[in-house]
Amino acid sequence: MDDSPVDLGQMVASCCLPWIVRNLWLIPAIPMVASGLIALLKQPYKRVSQTLAIGAMAFSFLLSLCAFSRVFLSWQAGTQTRYLFNFDWMAMGASSVQIGWLLDPLAAVMLVMVTFVGSLIFIYSTGYMAHDKNATRFFCFLSLFAGGMLGVIIANSLLLLFMCWEIVGLTSYLLIGFWYHKPSAAAAAKKAFLTTRIGDIFFLLGIVWLFAQTGTTLFYNYGAGAIEPAALTTLLGQGAGFGLTAATAIALLIFAGAAGKSGQLPLHVWLPDAMEGPTPVSALIHAATMVAAGVYLVARVYPLMAAGAGPGQTTVALTVVAWIGAATALFGALVAVAQNDIKRILAYSTVSQLGYMMVGLATGGVAVGMFHLITHAFFKALLFLGAGSVIHGCHEEQDIRNMGGLRKAMPLTYATYMVGMLALSGFPLIFSGFWSKDAIVGAAHSWVGSQGPFYMLLTGAVLTAFYMTRQIALVFFGSYRGHGHAHESPLVMTVPLAILAFFAVVLGVLGTPAWPWFTGFIESRPVPFDWAGFSEPGLLPLMAVATVLVFLGLGVGWSLYGAKQRKTAEELDPVEQAVPAVAGFLGNRMYFDELYEATVLRWYAWAAALAGWLDVRVWGGLVAAVALGFRGLGRANKAVDSDWIDGSFDKGCEELVTGGGLLAWMQAGRAPGYLRVLGLGVLVLAGIALVAASVTGQVRL
Amino acid sequence: MTNLLTTITVLPAIGALVALLSGKRAIRTASVFSLASLALAMRIWFLLDFDGKMSLVERSPWVPTLGIEYHLGVDGLGALMLILSALVTLMAVAASRKVTTNPGLYFALVLLLESGLMGTFTALNFFHWFLYWELSLIPAFFLIKLWGGANRGPAATQFFVYTMVGSVGLLLAFLALFVSTGTMDFEALAQLASLGTLEPMITAHLGPVALWLAVGVLLGFAVKVPLMPFHTWLPNTYAEAPTAITMLLTGAMSKMGVYGILRLALPIFGHQMAQMRGVLLTLAVLTVVAGAWAAVVQKDLKRVFAYSSVNHLGYCLLAIFAVCIPATGDPAVTLSRAAALDGVVLQMFNHGITAAAIFWFLALIQERSGGSLAIDGFGGLRKPAPILAGMMGIALFSSLGLPGLNGFVSEFLIFRGIFPLAWQAATVAVLGLLITAAVILTVIQKVFAGPVAEKWAAFPDMNRAERFGLAPILTLMLMLGLGPQLILSVVNPTVVHWLAGWRF
Repeated sequence: MDDSPVDLGQMVASCCLPWIVRNLWLIPAIPMVASGLIALLKQPYKRVSQTLAIGAMAFSFLLSLCAFSRVFLSWQAGTQTRYLFNFDWMAMGASSVQIGWLLDPLAAVMLVMVTFVGSLIFIYSTGYMAHDKNATRFFCFLSLFAGGMLGVIIANSLLLLFMCWEIVGLTSYLLIGFWYHKPSAAAAAKKAFLTTRIGDIFFLLGIVWLFAQTGTTLFYNYGAGAIEPAALTTLLGQGAGFGLTAATAIALLIFAGAAGKSGQLPLHVWLPDAMEGPTPVSALIHAATMVAAGVYLVARVYPLMAAGAGPGQTTVALTVVAWIGAATALFGALVAVAQNDIKRILAYSTVSQLGYMMVGLATGGVAVGMFHLITHAFFKALLFLGAGSVIHGCHEEQDIRNMGGLRKAMPLTYATYMVGMLALSGFPLIFSGFWSKDAIVGAAHSWVGSQGPFYMLLTGAVLTAFYMTRQIALVFFGSYRGHGHAHESPLVMTVPLAILAFFAVVLGVLGTPAWPWFTGFIESRPVPFDWAGFSEPGLLPLMAVATVLVFLGLGVGWSLYGAKQRKTAEELDPVEQAVPAVAGFLGNRMYFDELYEATVLRWYAWAAALAGWLDVRVWGGLVAAVALGFRGLGRANKAVDSDWIDGSFDKGCEELVTGGGLLAWMQAGRAPGYLRVLGLGVLVLAGIALVAASVTGQVRL
Repeated sequence: MTNLLTTITVLPAIGALVALLSGKRAIRTASVFSLASLALAMRIWFLLDFDGKMSLVERSPWVPTLGIEYHLGVDGLGALMLILSALVTLMAVAASRKVTTNPGLYFALVLLLESGLMGTFTALNFFHWFLYWELSLIPAFFLIKLWGGANRGPAATQFFVYTMVGSVGLLLAFLALFVSTGTMDFEALAQLASLGTLEPMITAHLGPVALWLAVGVLLGFAVKVPLMPFHTWLPNTYAEAPTAITMLLTGAMSKMGVYGILRLALPIFGHQMAQMRGVLLTLAVLTVVAGAWAAVVQKDLKRVFAYSSVNHLGYCLLAIFAVCIPATGDPAVTLSRAAALDGVVLQMFNHGITAAAIFWFLALIQERSGGSLAIDGFGGLRKPAPILAGMMGIALFSSLGLPGLNGFVSEFLIFRGIFPLAWQAATVAVLGLLITAAVILTVIQKVFAGPVAEKWAAFPDMNRAERFGLAPILTLMLMLGLGPQLILSVVNPTVVHWLAGWRF
């Protein structure tokens, strides 16, 4: 940086940085180091590995609280709430690649959420994985995941974020395929990595583009960052074809990465399959944190997404996010209705809820989307861990048709699961999910772009209540249809459930219209408590509508599944009976996998076969043709220079044909001929290259 | 120690002699000498100035009338390649401990090959540069021919003939340059090129053939790297060579081609390459994408990684061709070119250690499987051999370009550089990243995951010696992934220095 005022500002700012900001890197580094240490432990050291992993996570949680309180105090004091720490990572030409970390309200709430939920899930895992021989490795991967995720959160550089993002992807891969001896798990792991990598390829292009245009990958750098006004003005002034500005194009490329990670259409296919991993993994990675990283990314680059929009306007990028999010929300809810695997229902529910978050971001801004991310993290982690407890109690059974009546056998799991289910359904007033979802629906309603997403979300809300009612009716009510005796899980598993359930309720307090604390904190402005927040025009009617729809979903669900309990596992589902075609369509996940199988995967195989064929037939054939030319030349040579070519020439030619055996021929001592042949060969090849060149018009001959 | 560069070239050759005489103990000799070479290469690295100019220069007249001068020197690129050559040779020696037939000759040839590599990376006059270039070829040929797999004969021949054909192009081009300019010194020729007098001189003596000469030079390197469609020797050669020799071929020898383009072709024929840029870029994209895709259909693990190597070095070529644009003086363009070239040099090193490590792991698997490396012949190996699976996994993910490991940084810099210079090529080439990921994950899935086959139930895991041999390499991958400045602190000034001198 030769811009001296900036440099000075940076110096002043960084010498006065609070301790926690300078050492914010410790938060991701501690779990990563723990992971490295655990990697060196052998299988029997399960206890040591658990202690290391949980200890590291707890320590990171404490540091996160420190970081949070730092931001909180600044906010209370009305001073700056964004702290940066940037440094040169590597030299590049006359410049350098800078990376760094930042602490702002957005990062602070995410840090606390991830470390807190993470710690609970780590503790739960000690119970869940108690009998797994490979549990040492499990905690190694889990810690590495936590480190990567925390790195994504504090990154102040798109490059650093991407690096941690990929580490998170790696651990997701390792943990989905944790039971690697199961071919389905190995396949699901690969699918997850590759599908998200499709998004990441676009993401990478977006990063290099942004980097090339703005000269930095830093988000914020005291005015010189890539998403600060100066850079955005430049990006808005540049065209990128198709009538898009460079800002829009880059925003869309980054969103493609977010869509891959957050299971948005059409890159959602990996997330349901990811349920092959152990259930704590599904809870931590594929529900609460990693899949939310895409949402977090969109929130982080929000200034870029919204660049150029005045008040009451939206942008192309946000419009795309809103529609994709709404489509995903509706799709996930529809498909969840017809699934029978307890974890898959929750997985599609996650897909759907991530869609809500995206719509929230696109229509209501960062705080709206992020609030749902936080509440969802708690109640969805709760639901997954509850599902894990159920699976554990039912002897590894996952099909809800083989469950039933578990509320008696597993009371604690039942009670907490109900809390999670009601929060997810958006049961009015008491549960956090109501407030966060309602804020999104409200934002979609008042969005200037279109009313389409609003209606899609409302439909999704009915379906959510419906499929969750179906699930709890089949799992906890009626009579037990499984094998063996269901049993309650140990305290180490149920206590985390209770804690999560507590937060699934109380978090709603932070985001009511009367006291929108969360929004105020994220946007760094004061929040007075004021009942008048409810009297905003249209707000109460909307809440009423949402409430009616939730009750509609719950009521229909209960009448179909709760009031009339199925007796056996084999019975047809009521929806299946009524509309078999629809149920089949939804049950088969709208045939997305089949569609990809028939298109993308087939093209991939064809291209690979083509490349292989080109290699053997065309490129190899070209060479064979040239070799044949050599042979002809050799024959001509023989006729001319017969005085120094001996009788073994034909044998040489034979070898040439059979093995491309020019060498044997050469070694027989015919150096001048060999040179002549090679010289000609060069000319031939050069000629080919030049002809190719002149055809494409690149060369003046 | 003023003759460090001569010393590092001669040292392995002396080692070769000693190894030849030490019979069964040759591996010990080879280890000692390659370790000493590595130490020397490190010393050279730390002696370099940070100004990017040629250092440790040695020059003495040789045959002045023919423009031949003994002229050595290294900059960041040369010194890095010395380290890489020494490191890969050491790895190859360590991976060769099961060689029992005529070990004296085997290790002598390996060291001779190293000597050729060292000479190639230090020589600055075409005459002896070309001698080293060819010298490295001969030991490689015999190593494949005498210790290779079932089809070693034709493979060795194919390898030799192809590379020779390429070399003839080089030779003819430099003869023509000598006729036109009276010198074969790289720096002198580059100077002429940057003054813009080279092409008129060639035209005055030989007619308008400068473009043809550039084609001749590029052909030599295109075969070596390789650039598609001049790569057909490579899969056979890599597959049939003894696995330790494949480590040398892919780890170090393939870099000779990229090095040649950076040291000879770009500075001397940059203008001509800029004229052919469209074709060259097309071929490079083809190399990246088709190379990766061809790996998908391979049935033999060595062939899979042979094609994967083609793909990885394709990024180097892509970046080099992308920077072949007339200098505009626009700092943004210069920055992109610097990024691309930094990426190229880093990628050369990264690919060198990663590919060599992967082939080393393949050698370990091969030893345990009785020679077979058929990709469908394994399954579930992670259960009996968890350490092998874990350690090889790190090398594989480095090859896949996982951030945190070395491969990512160089690929990122390359794409950062080429996107503004040739966005179409960059956009198509990213496909290569995706396909490579698919290839590597498929290998992991087929070899390490799934139920373990009965015959592999007792597949031996890595022993202590193997673990300690490979652990430093994996650590290096991690170090370079987190701190690329370790290399870039020296390489970047070199790149800046080049860019300041080139006028296309």
